Amino acid sequence: MDLDLSPSELAFQAEARAWLAENVPAEPLPSLDTPEGFELHRQWEAKLSAARWPVVSWPEEYHGRGASLVEWIIFEEEYYRAGAPLRVGQNGIFLLSPILFEHGTKEQQDRFLPSMATGEKVWAQCWSEPEAGSDLASLKSTARRDDERGGWVLNGQKIWCSRAALAHWGFGLFRSDPEAQKHAGLTYFLFPLDAEGVTVRPIAQLDGEAGFAEVFFDDVFVPDADVLGAPGDGWRVAMSTAGNERGLSLRSPGRFTAAADRLLALYADRPDPRVADRVVDAWIGAEAYRLYTWGTVSRLKDGGDIGAAGSVNKVWWSELDVALHETALDLLGADAELESTWLDGYTFSLSGPIYAGTNEIQRNIVAERILGLPREPKGAQK
Amino acid sequence: MRFELTTDQRDFAASLESLLSAADTVAAARAWAAGDHDPGLKLWQRLAEQGVTELATEATPVEVVVAFEALGRHAVPGPWVESAAYLPVALGREVEGIGTVGAPRALDADVADELYAVVDGALHTATAGAAHVSVDRARHLFDVTVGDPVEHGDLAAAYDLAALATAAQLLGAGERVLADAVTYVKQRRQFGREIGSYQAIKHKLADVRIALDFARPLVFGAALVPTGSITERERAVSAAKVACADAAYLASRTGLQVHGAIGYTQEFDLSVWITKIRALVTAWGTPAEHRARILDSLVGA
Ligand SMILES: Cc1cc2nc3c(=O)[nH]c(=O)nc-3n(C[C@H](O)[C@H](O)[C@H](O)COP(=O)(O)OP(=O)(O)OC[C@H]3O[C@@H](n4cnc5c(N)ncnc54)[C@H](O)[C@@H]3O)c2cc1C
Repeated sequence: MDLDLSPSELAFQAEARAWLAENVPAEPLPSLDTPEGFELHRQWEAKLSAARWPVVSWPEEYHGRGASLVEWIIFEEEYYRAGAPLRVGQNGIFLLSPILFEHGTKEQQDRFLPSMATGEKVWAQCWSEPEAGSDLASLKSTARRDDERGGWVLNGQKIWCSRAALAHWGFGLFRSDPEAQKHAGLTYFLFPLDAEGVTVRPIAQLDGEAGFAEVFFDDVFVPDADVLGAPGDGWRVAMSTAGNERGLSLRSPGRFTAAADRLLALYADRPDPRVADRVVDAWIGAEAYRLYTWGTVSRLKDGGDIGAAGSVNKVWWSELDVALHETALDLLGADAELESTWLDGYTFSLSGPIYAGTNEIQRNIVAERILGLPREPKGAQK
Repeated sequence: MRFELTTDQRDFAASLESLLSAADTVAAARAWAAGDHDPGLKLWQRLAEQGVTELATEATPVEVVVAFEALGRHAVPGPWVESAAYLPVALGREVEGIGTVGAPRALDADVADELYAVVDGALHTATAGAAHVSVDRARHLFDVTVGDPVEHGDLAAAYDLAALATAAQLLGAGERVLADAVTYVKQRRQFGREIGSYQAIKHKLADVRIALDFARPLVFGAALVPTGSITERERAVSAAKVACADAAYLASRTGLQVHGAIGYTQEFDLSVWITKIRALVTAWGTPAEHRARILDSLVGA
């Protein structure tokens, strides 16, 4: 058992650190959910990609470095420690690309991955529907077969699609076989958000910015080339990303160790013994997450998979994020209500226990799949 | 980087596990509580033969942690932390037989072959005084009368290994309480279904699973801190102790709650762990002391 990095991992770390120190913008960029901030963030992605940093774990032919999982975590740690901007391309990079690599055709990989890496095309995840949130498989949006044109016709509505107001492409599930059982008969589609028949209506979030949007589909044609995986196999394809989202990829520990360091600096600046224990607990929580992640990486290297442990992970990082930020606001005292990076972070952290599957749903998964407790009795289903 | 036990370490854990599962450790703990030390001393002997008493001097902190997690999971009675973690480092040698140390009171001084006290950062011989009753009936605590100073090694390192071993013991005890609670809620039925199918119960137990899962890496992380980085070691040990105390305590509260009244009885075995956890939460540094130590090391006093 050891936590030591190899010489080549240390060299990788040094290279990343040096590049970031040189290139991270001195001033924080405006929010990526504003048109101006979105453009500046895309320029940052382009800069990352010119130096081959946007997707270190991808193969070289797609702007990656073929880096190992350990190196990916090292990079993330350095990235957040350097105070680099949030990743505007994260939905594509972290949520779609793993399934493109796993289930996509070579043609789809060649067509979609390079522009995703450079930030040229930003993707939105269109999964939720007004009537299908936690119970995602009850979604109603439809895909009708169109043999003549060699594709499918989409109808319906998606909602809460992050970044959809500004993004270029979307990915989501549609019911392609109305006769099939709930989880069967779903198909995974990729579609441009400016396709004919698509209407995007931005929705302002708690912080006032249009971070997500609802998307309406009115006879939108999608060619067969843009179906991801086999028709009818959408649920299985989609679930191969859900583990990623809750597990490692969306929330690497670097984010939280960096936030814990900033919290300690804030405490040093404004010590308040009444908040001290919570500062310590936030630091312990981030440290636990960092070490837990190394354990996960070790298991993955040995050929294991994340599975239901992704749910353990998700509850932890989302609640840690809220605790870190609430503690900072308490240290700020009466200034806490004023616009600040801490306040922005706090507002965003509040959504963590909701998105990527609510924490209630994650606790059900932990209880049923890890502890082996009896399944919830299913209610009346139509 | 490989943050997982090696095959040897796994084998060691498995051999302790089979020894302890086969021994009736609860009976030993109950006898120990009643003042009959025989079964506990026999168990002590067998564990010593497995090398548990020499780990602190002959192996690494990882092995110490592996062993103490097993001791906690099986509620093994006796001054194990004192004898197999603190004193070997403090004295720079394995303890022959059983040792204990007043920190501030001495655990199980009545069975100890060697008894010490720490005064002003120095180790002294000691003799046992008045006995006290612990929440954990299997812990007999004694006042000590301080004798002569003895030559000693790094007491700070000894303290850290003792706190880390206690953290590991808490982790094991917490895991055991969770496992028993899960078994119980799958059997016990109320209102026509297993109580484990109720979400209120599931979520409580899921929270225990999550808390233990994130306490564990802190324990092993602390065991891996390189010798020499003292501040880092102290901080890592304190983080492990705080997290294990919180997680095990949550396990014990939850375990008791889901058992209902049967959990509140002394005759039901769960009581052995619930009371031990409560005692270990404050042994070898209270959570408040360990939190303060972390804060000091991170931002200065
Ligand atoms: C900031 C943000 C960004 C998002 N981005 C995206 C995105 O990019 N793409 C996308 O598709 N979606 C996105 N979502 C949507 C998100 O995935 C859903 O909000 C989430 O799955 C919950 O669905 P819901 O909001 O419909 O809540 P509901 O499912 O209606 O749940 C409401 C409450 O009931 C609880 N509940 C529901 N079922 C159960 C149950 N069985 N047991 C116990 N409690 C239950 C929930 O936990 C929750 O507390 C985003 C959400 C937020 C807040």
